[in-house]
Amino acid sequence: MADMAATPIGAVPAVPKTPRSAAERQEARVGLLLSLPAILLVFVFIILPVAAVITLGFTNFELGYASFEFVGFENYVELLGDRTFMQSLWNTGIYAVIVTPISIFMALGLAMLIEAEGIGRSFFRTAYFLPVASLLVAMATVWQYLFHPTIGPINTMLAMIGIAGPNWLGAANTVLYSLSIIGIWQSVGFNLVLFLAGLTAIPRELYAAAEVDGAKTAWDRFRLVTWPMLGPTTLFVTTISVISSVKVFETVKTLTEGGPNKASEVLLYTIYQEGFVYLRVGYASAMTVVFLAILVVLMFLQYRIQDKQVHYV
Amino acid sequence: MSQNAFTPSMSLGRVVRLSILGLGALVFLMPYIFMISTAGKAQSDIFTSSLNLIPTHWFYGENFAKAWSRVHMPTLLFNGILVCLMILVIQVVIAIPCAYAMAKMKFRAAKAMMVLIMLGLLVPIHATALPLYVAFDRAGALNSYFSLVAPFSISVFGIFLFLQFFRAMPNDLIHAARLDGMSEIGVIARVIVPNAWPAITAFSIFSVVAHWNDLFWPLVVVSNQAYATPPLGLLYFRAAEAGDDYGALMAATLIITSPLVVAFLLAQKRFVEGITMTGLKG
Repeated sequence: MADMAATPIGAVPAVPKTPRSAAERQEARVGLLLSLPAILLVFVFIILPVAAVITLGFTNFELGYASFEFVGFENYVELLGDRTFMQSLWNTGIYAVIVTPISIFMALGLAMLIEAEGIGRSFFRTAYFLPVASLLVAMATVWQYLFHPTIGPINTMLAMIGIAGPNWLGAANTVLYSLSIIGIWQSVGFNLVLFLAGLTAIPRELYAAAEVDGAKTAWDRFRLVTWPMLGPTTLFVTTISVISSVKVFETVKTLTEGGPNKASEVLLYTIYQEGFVYLRVGYASAMTVVFLAILVVLMFLQYRIQDKQVHYV
Repeated sequence: MSQNAFTPSMSLGRVVRLSILGLGALVFLMPYIFMISTAGKAQSDIFTSSLNLIPTHWFYGENFAKAWSRVHMPTLLFNGILVCLMILVIQVVIAIPCAYAMAKMKFRAAKAMMVLIMLGLLVPIHATALPLYVAFDRAGALNSYFSLVAPFSISVFGIFLFLQFFRAMPNDLIHAARLDGMSEIGVIARVIVPNAWPAITAFSIFSVVAHWNDLFWPLVVVSNQAYATPPLGLLYFRAAEAGDDYGALMAATLIITSPLVVAFLLAQKRFVEGITMTGLKG
């Protein structure tokens, strides 16, 4: 019974019809039984909700109203003309474009310095990794103090060298950059640890070999050995970094609420506002579908690049 | 390490390297330094001398008392620990048998399950939150531990991680146990789990860090302070303080950040190994 339910529709009919041995059938039954709880939960908490969100995206469902109708692509048409949503997509893009490359190259640089340096290795690793283990909402509060336009230490320091610091989180033209600084601070350690693991895995002989082949400078060795050998790590770190910057939410919710004047409105925050504050579930579902589509495209890109990548190990 | 990209014989290079690393570390630790310093300052002190790291008047007691009384800290910490623990235990109990079956047994649903897992890895809670919220609302299940935990009872990432780990385990180990007359549950409990501790530790760290820090889902399903997790509680505290009493805010921040930071400092090696393992395989 359970066997039938779990058989995928249109399963390849090439499964040999020869009578399977009792032991094999027994194994199949136990295997299914052991994974049944997981299969059920995947359906209840992933497959069904995703199907529901796609369906709701075509409705005008609002929480608190009893009835709703299918409205076709109306929500998506509305999205195209929704200035908040467009602003939010744009801001999320800018944020990702700032945070991803900086946090990757900073992490790579620091990882190579730590790897090359004998002393203080675990201290440096700890120092840079600490933000990853810290509660972001809490540390965002600390950053708010650091960024405070009048009493904040950053502007006080700037004032000492004669620079009038900006109103970091309070001005529309700087807020996204300030949030990016927090984002970079928070993600470098994670990338760094992955790069350190990648660097350790590079066989030492390769550097010696490169030297024999005429790689004289440090840059040569980086270009010929380190960078290509780190390829898979870099690709992975890039994917993770892009995805986590597309999912930026905590700092925005805690510090700016999308302001001032929508200058820090980002995708998840807009979805949160529409869906859970204004309770326009149908419309917010359409936004969620856009969000999911972005994630799918990013993953697809990763697979494509991964396929093309030369594997050295 | 000496034949690395940079030769250590150049002492100037070393000085430059150490200065960059040291300066960088100082910048990265700056928020913590100011958090600890400001948590001990009185309001007037904060407004006059923000660069003075030692408080002119020792105000730690007052600030901590304020932080402790405005928001019910023990409840927050208790909720955080309870929710993370429940999520972790359920995830592991559900994921391990499934991953074991997929790695070591032949059954037809296994292939379909693999597809589901790869799809599931793509779907964060933010994508499923709306329908789940509507469903929980209809069921009257908002503001409960159930609503905080249930959506995370399944971790496709966990299954994926364990699956990779189990595939590398020798089949002989399992066959020997079966020949000894162990049931499959017995094999899992007495052969698989004891041999899978590195993977379980790595996954535990990943899961606890993720859920201890998560703000989005608790924000969606909880409006009653009694069920608030640490991030949500801090948000309430900020609202109550109008965000201006930085001394008390920093004290609250310090209390709420410390459990995980202390855990990290004590078990650094495991943390880093865990992140590397979950990271590189995920």
